Amino acid sequence: MQESIELNKEEVKEYTTLNLGPTHPATHGIFQNILKMDGEIIIDAEQTVGYIHRAFEKIAERRPFYQITTLTDRLNYCSSPINNMGWHMTVEKLLQVEVPKRAQYMRVIIMELARIADHLVCNAVVGVDTGALTGFTYMFQWREKIYDIYEQICGARLTTNIGRIGGMERDFNDDVYKKLREFLKEFPKAFSEFCSLLERNRIFFDRTINTGVISAERALNYGFTGPNLRATGVDYDVRVMNPYSSYQDFDFAIPVGSNGDTYDRFMVRQQEMWESLKIIQQALDNLPQGKYYADVPEFYLPPKEDVYNNMEALIWHFKIVMGEADVPKGEVYHAVEGGNGELGFYLISDGGRAPYKLHFRRPCFIYYQAYPEMIKGGMLSDAVVAMSSMNVIAGELDA
Amino acid sequence: MTQVNNAYIVEEVQAAFGTDILEHQEPYGMLTLVINPAKIVDLLTWFKQHPIIQAGFLTDISGAHFPDLKGGELNAVYHIQSMTQNIRIRIKCFVPVENPVIPSVVPLYSGANWMERETYDYYGIQFEGHPNLKRILNVDEMDYFPLRKEFPLEDGTRTDKEDKYFGR
Repeated sequence: MQESIELNKEEVKEYTTLNLGPTHPATHGIFQNILKMDGEIIIDAEQTVGYIHRAFEKIAERRPFYQITTLTDRLNYCSSPINNMGWHMTVEKLLQVEVPKRAQYMRVIIMELARIADHLVCNAVVGVDTGALTGFTYMFQWREKIYDIYEQICGARLTTNIGRIGGMERDFNDDVYKKLREFLKEFPKAFSEFCSLLERNRIFFDRTINTGVISAERALNYGFTGPNLRATGVDYDVRVMNPYSSYQDFDFAIPVGSNGDTYDRFMVRQQEMWESLKIIQQALDNLPQGKYYADVPEFYLPPKEDVYNNMEALIWHFKIVMGEADVPKGEVYHAVEGGNGELGFYLISDGGRAPYKLHFRRPCFIYYQAYPEMIKGGMLSDAVVAMSSMNVIAGELDA
Repeated sequence: MTQVNNAYIVEEVQAAFGTDILEHQEPYGMLTLVINPAKIVDLLTWFKQHPIIQAGFLTDISGAHFPDLKGGELNAVYHIQSMTQNIRIRIKCFVPVENPVIPSVVPLYSGANWMERETYDYYGIQFEGHPNLKRILNVDEMDYFPLRKEFPLEDGTRTDKEDKYFGR
């Protein structure tokens, strides 16, 4: 009797299906994971994405080039300026425009601020998901300060639309320099405190080391880029491999991990923030004098003063706003190192006022595929931390 | 060490694939090969295993629709790169819109899974041998492929945005 009951138990072993998402606080965005659970162990997982799909690639086919910048804002909204700059550089590559050194350095400062803001949110949230809310509240204050700098530069905070095709829309004002210097002086102190909260914390070690592991070989096969790839030990960084916007002028290291686990991803981001600070400091110290925009009258809006008083400027202004500027035919691929990895823009131009085809290579979309492989056989609570350490941003995932 | 540049790659790839390489160009410095769609898996495998080029990283897959290109309306574009040689290569396959079939490269690159699903979702290119070829970003019930050019983005009755008013 006893034996047969045991046998039946074997036969009817049932797994639980658990919906993690689409709107769950632990997913930090709108995407669903259907998990097959054996108790607290994850047996299988399947993701559903597309909840905030906005068809940017289709919309872009009808918009003049300068209006596409606002679409890129909404990809990875934690580091919009990087996306904006990536798009400007793609168009500049198509037009074969050389942007003045000053604008390039200004862009580098803004992009590295954005990288810090992006990594800061990611790592603070890793802390939250392991139960350490304090670091999050500390660090969000500093993200605010970065947003204040954006605000001084371009007037916006989250969806920045920063810079223009051909350069920057305006020069840094005195307040920007003041705020930047203040940030460079004060942030390292606060950030070291955040580091000491988590980096050598026994509880944090136990939660993050050897969870959500992926090997370098699998990561490459999955098309990982950015901090998640570097955490596995591959030192691939677009800023170094294909320098854009004068990154070759700066001295910085590429931090790498070794295991590809949650802790390594966290640490790579932590180290990258220190490197970003170094880059900002160098760019600020060596900021060249001169113009902050290139001579591309068919794309760069003339100063308002001229528009009111000068016939030619008025014509250009009208032509630009109506999206009438001519572009060469051709196709370009340009990649920048976004907060999450290689953000690529594949642009086919047929000479018309809008791109014939524009494809965004979104790093999130590509590496999120590997999520089931990374969490299988682990605990549910580790899967949550693994997800936040991958920094999956719904806007970038769905485009 | 052999100098790996676009000319070298063209030479090597033409020796290995001959007439299956239909065309090669270098727009903005990036080598672009047009290949017979049936050979795409072979070509990507060859690039991955080539001892010198070592282009074993699939950066991106996307598509495009050229309604005027009869017999090759739909276009799948693969971007691959070699991290050791720091070179990027673009590979294109043109397939007819009536029967858009391209072998899937998922067995070679796990990352191709969603990239191919996205391209299918947008353009309806059938990736033969894909383990789970269904829509990814749009709803499953959708019965058309939205990024094809026969679907204009704005209301077709609007005339104020026609190109002819802008001198085109």
